[in-house]
Amino acid sequence: MSSFRVSGRGRVDHTQPIQFTFDGKKIKGFKGDTIASALLANGIHLMGRSFKYHRPRGAVTAGSEEPNALVGTRRGPGRFEPNTRATVQEIWDGLQVNSQNRYPSLSFDVGAINDKAYMLFSAGFYYKTFMWPKSFWDKVYEPFIRAAAGLGVSPTEPDPDHYASRYLHTDVLIIGAGPAGLAAALTAARAGSQVTLVDENPEAGGSLLSEPSAMIEDVPAWDWVAKTVAELKELGVKVMTRTTAIGYYHQNMVGLCEKLTDHLASPDAETPRERMWRVRAKQVVLAQGALEKPLVFDGNDRPGVMLAGSAQTYLNRYGVRVGNKAVIVTSHDSAWYAAFDLADAGTTIAAIVDTRSEPNSDLIAEATKRGIRIMAGHTVTGTEGRLRVKSVRVNPVTGSTVGQAEMIGCDCLLMSGGWTPSLHLFSHTKGTLKWDDERQTFLPDHKAEECEIAGAGRGLWGIEAVLNDGAEMGAAVAKSLGKKAKAATYVVANDRPGTGVSHKELPTDLDAGKARAFVDYQNDVTAKDLRLAVREGMRSIEHVKRYTTNGMATDQGKMSNINGLNIASDALGVPQPKVGLTTFRPPYTPTTFGAFCGYHKGSHFEVTRKTPIDSWAEENGAVYEPVSLWRRAWYFPKDGEDMHAAVSRECRATRASVGIFDASTLGKIEVVGPDAVEFMNRMYTNPWTKLAPGRARYGLLLGDDGFIRDDGVIGRLADDRFHVTTTTGGAARVLNMMEDYLQTEWPNLDVWLTSTTEQWATIALNGPNARKVLEPFVEGLDMSDEALPHMSVAECRVGGFPARLFRISFTGEVGFEVNVPAHAGRALWEMLFEAGKKYDICPYGTETMHVLRAEKGYIIVGQDTDGTVTPHDAGLSWAIGKMKPDFVGKRGLARPDLVAEGRKQLIGLLTEDGKTKLEEGAQIVLDPNQPKPMKMVGHVTSSYHSDAAGRPIAMALLENGFNRMGETIYIPMPDRVIKATVTGTVFYDPEGERLKL
Amino acid sequence: MLLIHCPYCNQTLPELEFTYAGEAHIARPADPSSVSDEEWRDFLFIRTNVKGPHYERWRHFHGCGRYFNAVRDTVSDRFLITYKTDDPRPELSKLLEKSK
Repeated sequence: MSSFRVSGRGRVDHTQPIQFTFDGKKIKGFKGDTIASALLANGIHLMGRSFKYHRPRGAVTAGSEEPNALVGTRRGPGRFEPNTRATVQEIWDGLQVNSQNRYPSLSFDVGAINDKAYMLFSAGFYYKTFMWPKSFWDKVYEPFIRAAAGLGVSPTEPDPDHYASRYLHTDVLIIGAGPAGLAAALTAARAGSQVTLVDENPEAGGSLLSEPSAMIEDVPAWDWVAKTVAELKELGVKVMTRTTAIGYYHQNMVGLCEKLTDHLASPDAETPRERMWRVRAKQVVLAQGALEKPLVFDGNDRPGVMLAGSAQTYLNRYGVRVGNKAVIVTSHDSAWYAAFDLADAGTTIAAIVDTRSEPNSDLIAEATKRGIRIMAGHTVTGTEGRLRVKSVRVNPVTGSTVGQAEMIGCDCLLMSGGWTPSLHLFSHTKGTLKWDDERQTFLPDHKAEECEIAGAGRGLWGIEAVLNDGAEMGAAVAKSLGKKAKAATYVVANDRPGTGVSHKELPTDLDAGKARAFVDYQNDVTAKDLRLAVREGMRSIEHVKRYTTNGMATDQGKMSNINGLNIASDALGVPQPKVGLTTFRPPYTPTTFGAFCGYHKGSHFEVTRKTPIDSWAEENGAVYEPVSLWRRAWYFPKDGEDMHAAVSRECRATRASVGIFDASTLGKIEVVGPDAVEFMNRMYTNPWTKLAPGRARYGLLLGDDGFIRDDGVIGRLADDRFHVTTTTGGAARVLNMMEDYLQTEWPNLDVWLTSTTEQWATIALNGPNARKVLEPFVEGLDMSDEALPHMSVAECRVGGFPARLFRISFTGEVGFEVNVPAHAGRALWEMLFEAGKKYDICPYGTETMHVLRAEKGYIIVGQDTDGTVTPHDAGLSWAIGKMKPDFVGKRGLARPDLVAEGRKQLIGLLTEDGKTKLEEGAQIVLDPNQPKPMKMVGHVTSSYHSDAAGRPIAMALLENGFNRMGETIYIPMPDRVIKATVTGTVFYDPEGERLKL
Repeated sequence: MLLIHCPYCNQTLPELEFTYAGEAHIARPADPSSVSDEEWRDFLFIRTNVKGPHYERWRHFHGCGRYFNAVRDTVSDRFLITYKTDDPRPELSKLLEKSK
């Protein structure tokens, strides 16, 4: 294998070679490698192209904060994922990896022309460049931007994987299994708390995995990790790896995304790809550590330029030297240790450039011992190399004077600008932060949830300090749960504590305006962009962020936020705490849609409600339409019929003889109790007191604003019992409204409300032969016109089943609605259908139902009304009990706007040519020749071809419609203007003769 | 997801079981026909839209079905109290003291 792999080093399994492809080229790595560590082991730093300038980029980190090394990974059809972080994704045999944002190839990319034109793409370029001319937006700018923008390419095939979702309740949730998290878990668990410990990495250990030389309680760090994890498991701690805490929500709910199969070559098909955990914890310990910051200088993004701590991780955890000849540039002690580890592993350290004039003397001694050149009080002012850094430009700095430059050759440049406590999750809770002047960073201040922050997350440094803090926080949460807890004290040998300083962009002797000094790598934001934003008037950090897009990429500014703040603060001349920080939001790292969807996809996305008769409709070739959550039979096409033909036939058959219709979806509410009639009087517009048991009435429900909310036929079964029907979509809403008034306005009324929608199957028979079909099945009821007139209801048996039989009509024909217990629905339907065959009984669907009711001018609430229609507007003034002292909506109807003249009113429309069917929703004008924008005076609400009328019919809401009978109005369409005449809404049998037996 | 205490069930349960039902303590006039247009407008439409502690109604929709009242801080999304519909409107100063 390559010379960059250090044999025997790291936690990868050197006995298990793995082969994958990168842009089609075979690459070898070991089990335990990430894509990035395997590529680096093969000397490959160039892994992608940047978002805006298409600059060559390599991995700059070794973790989930990686902004640059985003790749596409493929596992076969449908299993393609863009923007996978190469620093996180583990390799397996056969994994296909492709670089992104390049054409035709990674090493030669035509998009890199953007880099040369960088002056055009400075902060706010969208707002400036694409403003003019306006007509260019649709045709030129937008297609160009859409083609050029974006990270990676979206997958186009459906995701064949499945995702799981679980709840978890735990006493203590510890986020981060580094030294602080492990010590906290151990302390809390030993005290008897139920503990869950999660980490986004494949194994516990965190920073200890990069510090194998440390000795904890005389045990080597890695052995201590293994020992501790074993004890935790023994104590019953749930240890979850490859599990990212993505968001911290109210009342200690934390979202975890557990990755289960992405690291496996051949996952079990039964295993979900990811599992979303919703954890409710009594106490949370945030032990997420700290993230290293880059330094900001010209060319700090070249492949080979990397964070020093990450280089240390690649060496110690993966056994990979990131180069043969390194230059270190740092403002923090930690990078010196990375240099020592690399030097000891055989990498030449060309120089350690420290921006501080007097670095720690112990570090200087260690470096001198290794023969490393030390350049204290120096800065880096540039790098060279096209696809990989090949030299670094270093200058001495005295005060604000930058001295003579020196070029130093290298194949990697390792930088450290200090460390930022990872407080993303803490910020999700609206926990406040305070600026720490000494550490030049924000630390947690007031907590908004039951949590503790341990270790580097609150600014501590060094393994010993972090372990002891973790133990203390573990004890603190256990105590708050009522346990007796004692924090152990840890002694660590070979610890590497340190300090550092924080910078804005590094000083330079060159033109700062031309420096490509990147702050946000992923969104290609430079220090110059931030200063430009301030010069152009942005004052709030939130505005600077949005104008430059700093921190708005998928890494949410994990590396860039503090550097950006330092620069903005300097440009504004205001100290950092006064400038403030932008808000972190969930998720912590990019999370798949699949994990959020969980089981809620395909047929599980939403419930499909089916009636007891649905299966018959399916067997008989029904075409369905969705009506709220129900699927309803729309029409029943016979061989070769289109919808129009089928609906015409169904309408004809029903009016000629008899049609059968599944009305089970109608909402049904049982209103029962001594005060039932009083309740009905108050809820509905109609008077109910004089409605005798056995009679039914059309009921109209308003809101207190006076507008129509719902309607339906209501039967009175007894003095104290009403069978209320509602619209299909309105059932839940109406019951909710009734409960609201009953519980909160009239709690003294003695009434019970029960939803019975799904308890009854409802079969409607309509047509002149409806009674003939039904009568033989009815027991215990006189079906004569005298005993069962139109608008009546009776309890009886139908087909042997207990039934509530209504004589009502939504078609204008003689009609019956038979309610039987749901389980009997299909059996009765089949009996009636069989018996109806001698009358050519015709099953019809919702479309025919709509046409038949429209021919009679019966409204559908929600189609012919829209929440601004009064009973008067809809021609339903007759349904109002004017003598009643009050009902819901009565006062509303007296509002000035509701009694005003000229409101939109429901009228009929007949197109002048007698052939054109209007489009529902089409707008109406009085003068088609007026200049645009035209004054719209209404719209078409219902429109059908009517077989009975022999022509298309329509209903519309039209301003002052009742006073426009006979007038011509106009409906402008894209290709023509349609003329129509205003009429009444009853198009068939206006006298209602057909309702008589 | 919030945890909400239902004062009728006397249990603290996930937000999923509840639905929001607008501002609390807005009583429908006993005789609507006798109120002025302005009073009726205020009853129908005018709400306080508070930034901070807000008196509001919730319904334990997927539970006991009861409407109840609550005081919730609209800034922090925290419930200060939930109480039955016929309980008196709790005094804010006492609630804030208690929550400290």
